[in-house]
Amino acid sequence: MKITLCFFARFREQLGVQQELYTLPKECSGHDLLAQLAQRGNKWHELFDNPTGVLVAINQEMATLDNIIRQGDEVAFFPPVTGG
Amino acid sequence: MKNHITIQINNFDVKNELAQLQLMGNVGAIVSFVGLVREQASHGQVTAIELEHYPAMTQKSLENIVQQAEVQWPLLGVRVIHRVGYLAAHEQIVLVAVASQHRQAAFDAAAFIMDYLKSKAPFWKKEYLAGQIEGHWVEAKDSDEAALARWV
Repeated sequence: MKITLCFFARFREQLGVQQELYTLPKECSGHDLLAQLAQRGNKWHELFDNPTGVLVAINQEMATLDNIIRQGDEVAFFPPVTGG
Repeated sequence: MKNHITIQINNFDVKNELAQLQLMGNVGAIVSFVGLVREQASHGQVTAIELEHYPAMTQKSLENIVQQAEVQWPLLGVRVIHRVGYLAAHEQIVLVAVASQHRQAAFDAAAFIMDYLKSKAPFWKKEYLAGQIEGHWVEAKDSDEAALARWV
């Protein structure tokens, strides 16, 4: 199951990744996906292991970490927004 | 199209934007807000900021916020312009301008749109201080999230 992962701001900078194609074994929640990413270690673990202040958008709409992620979804993780 | 919502690098002219709203039929009130890069931060003097955004989502997000305002107040037109990229101190960041028949709707809708933009629109600010090479990401304020409470 392929999804597109996007990272912004502080996450993008610290992970060194803006976007990547990711293989998800099966549908899961944002919480589960972050736990998977945390297993990559280093900065991934630092940012996404038991995270606070991680927001998620699924297909360009604000979602929660409980929402289910499906095949072909674009999933973006980012810190609280600071526009305006 | 009566609304104008853009994300852009270039500066905007408030006079021109308000002039567009003045053309609307039966307009009796126009309220505008301009956000600027403030030069004094708690930890030093800001020389510039850099604004990152989520291109595929930002337009949709701003349109959604404006739509929510239109559902709650009788509006004649809304213009929202948010700049991105590298902005020096004193530069304009964002414009929210609202036209309506009467003033209450214009005041309330403009405040609503700004409050929601601050909490929901996918932009992130990086601050550069005088005497420092590395910029740092601005933290979201609890007060911004708390500001939404008055609209519930």
